[in-house]
Amino acid sequence: MRMLSRFLPGLLCLCLLFGLPQAVQAQDDPGQPLLEALDTSSYADKAEAIEVIIESGDERSRRWLEALLNGKLQRHKDNQRFVIVLENRGRHWPVADALSFEEAGEMSRRELDRIGINNALRGTLQNALSLLDLYVDDADQRRDAARDLLGNVDASMVEPLKAVIENEENAEVRRLLSQALAIYRLDQGDVEAIADLEGSLNQQVRSVLNSAARSDDPVLADAASAALAGIEQKLKLNQGLETLYFGLSLGSVLVLAAIGLAITFGVMGVINMAHGELIMLGAYTTWGMQQLLPGQPGLALVLSIPAGFLVAALAGIAIERGVIQFLKGRPLETLLATFGVSLILQQLVRTVISPQNRTVVSPEWLSGSVMINEGLSLTLNRLYVLGFALLVFAGLMLVMRKTRLGLEVRAVTQNRAMARSMGIRATRVDIMTFALGSGVAGLAGVALSQLTNVGPNLGQNYIIDSFMVVVFGGVGNLWGTLVAGLSLGVINQVLEPWVGAVLAKIIVLVFIILFIQKRPKGLFPQKGRAAEG
Amino acid sequence: MITLQRQPHARYLAAALVSAAVMGASSQALAQQDDPIKVGILHSLSGTMAISETVLKDTVEMLIEQQNDAGGLLGRELEAVVVDPASDWPLFAEKARELLAQEEVDVIFGNWTSVSRKSVLPVVEELNGLLFYPVQYEGEESSENVFYTGAAPNQQAIPAVDYLMNEVGVERWVLAGTDYVYPRTTNKILDAYLKSHGVSDDDIMINYTPFGHSDWQNIVSEIKQFGNEGKKTAVVSTINGDANVPFYRELGNQGVNAADIPVVAFSVGEQELSGIDTGPLVGHLAAWNYFMSVDTDANYDFIDAWIEHTGDEMAVTNDPMEAHYIGFNMWAEAVRKAETTDVDAVKDAIIGVTVPNLTGGYAAMMPNHHITKPVLIGEIQDNGQFSIVWQTPSTVAGDAWSDYLEGSRDLISDWRKPMECGNYNVVEGSCGGGEAETE
Repeated sequence: MRMLSRFLPGLLCLCLLFGLPQAVQAQDDPGQPLLEALDTSSYADKAEAIEVIIESGDERSRRWLEALLNGKLQRHKDNQRFVIVLENRGRHWPVADALSFEEAGEMSRRELDRIGINNALRGTLQNALSLLDLYVDDADQRRDAARDLLGNVDASMVEPLKAVIENEENAEVRRLLSQALAIYRLDQGDVEAIADLEGSLNQQVRSVLNSAARSDDPVLADAASAALAGIEQKLKLNQGLETLYFGLSLGSVLVLAAIGLAITFGVMGVINMAHGELIMLGAYTTWGMQQLLPGQPGLALVLSIPAGFLVAALAGIAIERGVIQFLKGRPLETLLATFGVSLILQQLVRTVISPQNRTVVSPEWLSGSVMINEGLSLTLNRLYVLGFALLVFAGLMLVMRKTRLGLEVRAVTQNRAMARSMGIRATRVDIMTFALGSGVAGLAGVALSQLTNVGPNLGQNYIIDSFMVVVFGGVGNLWGTLVAGLSLGVINQVLEPWVGAVLAKIIVLVFIILFIQKRPKGLFPQKGRAAEG
Repeated sequence: MITLQRQPHARYLAAALVSAAVMGASSQALAQQDDPIKVGILHSLSGTMAISETVLKDTVEMLIEQQNDAGGLLGRELEAVVVDPASDWPLFAEKARELLAQEEVDVIFGNWTSVSRKSVLPVVEELNGLLFYPVQYEGEESSENVFYTGAAPNQQAIPAVDYLMNEVGVERWVLAGTDYVYPRTTNKILDAYLKSHGVSDDDIMINYTPFGHSDWQNIVSEIKQFGNEGKKTAVVSTINGDANVPFYRELGNQGVNAADIPVVAFSVGEQELSGIDTGPLVGHLAAWNYFMSVDTDANYDFIDAWIEHTGDEMAVTNDPMEAHYIGFNMWAEAVRKAETTDVDAVKDAIIGVTVPNLTGGYAAMMPNHHITKPVLIGEIQDNGQFSIVWQTPSTVAGDAWSDYLEGSRDLISDWRKPMECGNYNVVEGSCGGGEAETE
């Protein structure tokens, strides 16, 4: 790290050298011995070799270190040649020469020896790369690099960092770097460093304060405890918000899974045990879409929204025409028949596609989290699912309230005979309603593919929860489903830290049973004549 | 239930008597010369466990094919008898009975979950069958008729914890598992082990979740809190099957990276990782006795054969597959040694049999029906493979009875004559030292 200044000019002249023919033989290339030093089984020796590479100022260092970090720097077993693997899936990998970076065809896994690293070395490498990132022009990249350095500063980095802080124009980067230095100073037992850390919600800060609070030096321990107390206070609020978010997010998943059922079961009165498998079909559609559009997971995901709806709706129509229409008014038989359908669909997927889970890639904009403050960040995929659930709900409300189909559905469910005598084709409405409910299940599947496994068992995990939500919310009431889903999610997440995940689930179930005893029609019972129908 | 189970049994008994009466002992021996050797495969092909078990069925089929291409065994062909216990534990027992009594298979390769093994155990013992069980498990068992080719806790969990404690310097521990027998027993052993190494109660957090748990927000957040106490923290995960994918996703999204809080898993292998984008998981750990990335020619040959068998260029191999590979070769070797497939003869012959494993060494069958294995620690890579960062200097022999549990400490298992006992109490000097307390 001390040689950073020497390394930087090298980086700058990279542009000059780029494009010059690599006439140098591998043996004469100064890079060859640098890489050879990495090829040792001892991690301590590797750490030294990394240090030497950084100090060498070779303009290729950065790419070497990145390749090493990603496990892609490898050596041919039979000769001295080092290569960088470009794509490491399957048995044959395209490679590039590690010295010239020219593509060098394909090599088999058998021929290559990987230069392995462990977590400690990974940390060293990331630190080295973060330090380099502090000199780039992009302020965001500098900020991320500074954040990565929190808790990772060592003695050799102190002086270069001080120089960087001097020259840094971005206040946020300056603050983070001072904090990183303060963490290091506190770790060395410097009481004054605590002043710089006060009020920070960062995990690394809390971690170092916690260990300082246990120190033998009473002055240091007291100061650290006082700083911690202030931070804990701030954290309380954070934790409350976090739990609420977790609850709403779990609730949104429940709402999504249940809202289709609220239509087929709640409005039509059909107990459809294959509802979970319709969700599964939606998830598999997402997977299929990603197979059709390789390399564009985002576009595929957006396209799967209509596709998932269509596939599940068509499957729904098939179930309605094939099974349910013959069992009208016989709920027990419908239950058994649709349960059979669900088993058939599961095994179909197992036989036709695979019993293994399928990989659904999350697009870039769905991974990671948004930071509200340093102690609270909201995971993006769940945020999107929460938004999506509300959108689907709003859309469904719109269909039921504002369209001809919605009107007819409401008419048929309120009084079938009367509706028919008014010229509504009840059978057609049945099909459309069931297709709508199934299609929404497909939408749930598209969303769930971003949260959980896409496999044949996906639907089973949600069917019980879905019925629970619909019954709790009040059969036939979409608002009830929304409120029930969200509140069950929050209750579950509030209980979980206290009693554990297993007991929380049990308590929620018992609560619903007791609630249904008291109010058999759920949270929002239907009123008037429709309730009797 | 009872009548259901008794009926077929009575029928098989009658059938067996009739067949014994019809065929003389000599004609049966003659028949043996030409009949194929039947190999039973008892793995779920439908239901929740199909995700893990179908590849094991394919593995045994591949091994049988290879053996037949090499001329069979004792000059006889091998024939696979595949049944589907459909992830239904009682059905495992029925299917095992079908294999042994009706199909009269010479050996069974099967089971994944401990509960299915426990369900099959009395049947295999009653009908004197041979069962090769290929999955890592909680130990505390040794049956005369079962050969445990997966890891016992001392071949996986304990070395992994040693690695974290000594090489990584971990001081605080989260033991997270799915709520059933394997995680509970393993965590109990680990808890006792950690405490015997001076870890205080405050530095251990134990957490159980239901099967197929998919909402990990709170637990991951708790783990983050727990790791903020200024001591190096690690998670030891016995989370089973499907629940791992959302767990790892949540870890990635909440920014828990391996440098801060490494997660070492005992049930996550290449198969499970093939269902997720492993980019955010790089550096998290797994402890197994085999990884697909092992750099030996034997392993590359095995992978090539597997890819050819499945016809899928991206097919992955995993630890239980290697266990079947070892178990199958051990059984074949024992049959050759005993010159018969007779269960009692094979059972005696197999103890001490040594065959190559896929990691460049040898596996030996111990008298307690467990095998010797190297223990490897691997870090997850971005391509769904593991990079081996540490391994035990030599192989470790499986210990049926843990040294860290009250009640099992004094037990040993030795199926050689004259002891022939699966739970010999060395303190009382008697066989049948009782069951260890395992919840």
